[in-house]
Amino acid sequence: MYAAIVFLPLLGFLIAGPFGWRIGARPSEIVTTSFLFVVALLSWIVFFQVALGTAPASVSVLGNWFTSGTLKVDWSLKIDSLTAVMLVVVTTVSSLVHLYSIGYMADDPSRPRFFGYLSLFTFAMLMLVTADNLVQLFFGWEGVGLASYLLIGFWYEKPSANAAAIKAFVVNRVGDFGFALGIFLVFVLTQSVSFDQIFAAAPGLAHKTIHIFGLDMDALTITCLLLFMGAMGKSAQFLLHTWLPDAMEGPTPVSALIHAATMVTAGVFMVARLSPLFEQAPAALTFVTIIGATTAFFAATIGLVQNDIKRVIAYSTCSQLGYMFVGLGVGGYSLGIFHLFTHAFFKALLFLGAGSVIIAMHHEQDMRNMGGLWRKIPFTFAMMTVGTLALTGFPFTAGYFSKDAIIEAAYASNRGGAYYGFLLTTVAAGLTSFYSWRLVFLTFFGTPRWAADGHGSGHDHAAQDDAAHDHEAHGHAALDHAAHGHEGHALDPHESPLPMLIPLGVLAAGALFAGLLFSNNFIGEGAGEFWKGALFLEPGNEALEAREAVPGFTKQLPTLLMVFGFFVAAIFYLLAPSIPTRFAQGLKPVYEFLLNKWYFDELYDLIFVRPAFWLGRLFWKGGDGAIIDRLGPDGVAARVVDVTGRVVKLQSGYIYHYAFAMLVGLAAVITWYVASGIR
Amino acid sequence: MLTISLSQFLIVAAILFTLGVAGIVLNRRNIIIVFMSVELILLSVNINLVAFSAFLCDLTGQVFALFILTVAAAEAAIGLAILVCYYRNRGSIAIEDINMMKG
Repeated sequence: MYAAIVFLPLLGFLIAGPFGWRIGARPSEIVTTSFLFVVALLSWIVFFQVALGTAPASVSVLGNWFTSGTLKVDWSLKIDSLTAVMLVVVTTVSSLVHLYSIGYMADDPSRPRFFGYLSLFTFAMLMLVTADNLVQLFFGWEGVGLASYLLIGFWYEKPSANAAAIKAFVVNRVGDFGFALGIFLVFVLTQSVSFDQIFAAAPGLAHKTIHIFGLDMDALTITCLLLFMGAMGKSAQFLLHTWLPDAMEGPTPVSALIHAATMVTAGVFMVARLSPLFEQAPAALTFVTIIGATTAFFAATIGLVQNDIKRVIAYSTCSQLGYMFVGLGVGGYSLGIFHLFTHAFFKALLFLGAGSVIIAMHHEQDMRNMGGLWRKIPFTFAMMTVGTLALTGFPFTAGYFSKDAIIEAAYASNRGGAYYGFLLTTVAAGLTSFYSWRLVFLTFFGTPRWAADGHGSGHDHAAQDDAAHDHEAHGHAALDHAAHGHEGHALDPHESPLPMLIPLGVLAAGALFAGLLFSNNFIGEGAGEFWKGALFLEPGNEALEAREAVPGFTKQLPTLLMVFGFFVAAIFYLLAPSIPTRFAQGLKPVYEFLLNKWYFDELYDLIFVRPAFWLGRLFWKGGDGAIIDRLGPDGVAARVVDVTGRVVKLQSGYIYHYAFAMLVGLAAVITWYVASGIR
Repeated sequence: MLTISLSQFLIVAAILFTLGVAGIVLNRRNIIIVFMSVELILLSVNINLVAFSAFLCDLTGQVFALFILTVAAAEAAIGLAILVCYYRNRGSIAIEDINMMKG
């Protein structure tokens, strides 16, 4: 059964990918989607057996991958509670996204390719979560990176999509560089890459030092920091986050599956999986907390002013991933995973809802050109509202249990950086509420800005940032979705087809009830028997227990901030729509700073991209062109041409020249023989 | 009586030979002069053969000289025929114009 879960998506990919053009789009969709639903069903069974039930955790070895000296790497499927949780998250969201894509991609000419990629992604992600050693984890890690690259650049006619895909790939390479070094270091320290042996060896390594760059450093701290660097890249944490917003160039179902629910949480999963190792490196955990808290706050501030509906949700994802890392960093590994679990539901819901809005608006993504949509697409509106409630932590929705638990744990924890984490995540909770409701109000309420003036005139001075993006989006819409007719003419928002609405409904149910149903198991009193040692849980479970004892005010603070954010958003965007403009005018530097995403892209362009181009050009023009080519092949060729040019001149074509040469030659030969004959 | 020694024959032959070679190499105008120079070279060789034959009392050299004369006549006939053809095709037999083999 475990093998079926992992390999059915691969089979789906092998059918829909290479043979999709032959069997047609519709069969490809049916094959991949039905496989995924089977897999999702099996995953829930595994979840109930292993995590909720009493079935033992198991490791089944499929075969040897490679053996080199003491390095032995197996293909294996490790099924424990943590894996079961991830299986459920990945396969549920993936199957729903497959179904949703049938509706969303209905006009696209290369649907088999799309569904093949989706299944390939699911396979790689399942390999990642079922890995029993770091190398197989890395295999899945790179597999999802590849699928992410392919899917971001799915509409390869768009230059911006290609650029975004390359950016995602390159930024992830930076993180993976650290991750690979971390794996090497783990092997150096423990002589193994298998989780069980690493964890068995971890306590003994606690204060071991290694000698790097002339310094003696704590070995496990370095290892964990390097491993976390990989997680930062994959999970789009502060400093390596720049690829995630650009990844929104991909189709919206992809954003929901890969860039919200599953792949970006791989970093969280990895840290949680390696929790026994991280637990021995408190300094690294402090770093995790600080990075997570910074990301949570900083992404939330950017989310406040973005105008592209998908980018708002993308920054929200970034911010929520920060929360997860705060949860991990303060020692509540189960908190991070629980937030991962609930976040997958409501963030996939929000993305798919946004996709539904985008389809309704004929591929308009700028919220300034929406408004008043709730009458037109009531179901989508209801589902988006549910997602927003869950995201902002409305009582008894999913986010209320998982997000507030992280904030409380950060307050209660006495680990390094925890207070910093508490402050920033609390503030970010208010910001989250504001930007989430801003999205809802701008999209669904107010005056319909699409009806009156059609298209294009809604762009005010602030549109400069998104202008390029908009044009790309329109270009694409005109390309692939000509069936919709041209935008701006008789635009009539319409509710999406049924395959798109069913996933919304299922995910909304998850977003509403996942927290209520599972919080006791994940982070409450049942945590011990739920995780069964798959995660590191402190004796007595400090982080989880202490959280219960936090003062009442702290407990209520995130909820209060949520309400506050809601009202501010309501005043700004419902009651007095002129306020935001005045704010933007009054605090122009701040507004510009946020709108330009803290100028990270510009900064990286200045620090990395341009020097890289400069260096590349130097080596290309100077090193390769001027030295190697000029002295090497080109130089030799030129000398040969010179020599032959001179030799050619000997062939004057005049008989007397040849005769003279013959004569001289003959005379020379005779002289030679005569002279040697004399001796 | 004035006797002519072998070396005098050879000197004459050598002068003729050198004249022929010089005629080929230094001549810049007419291809027919090249032919005539070739004939000169052959004749100088013939003088050598005949002179040696007479002084050594061996007739082989004189027979050989006759052969050379025959071959030279044939060669001259063929060469002139080629020249005529060439002149018809190119309209010139000036040596400066005959450089189609130039590289």
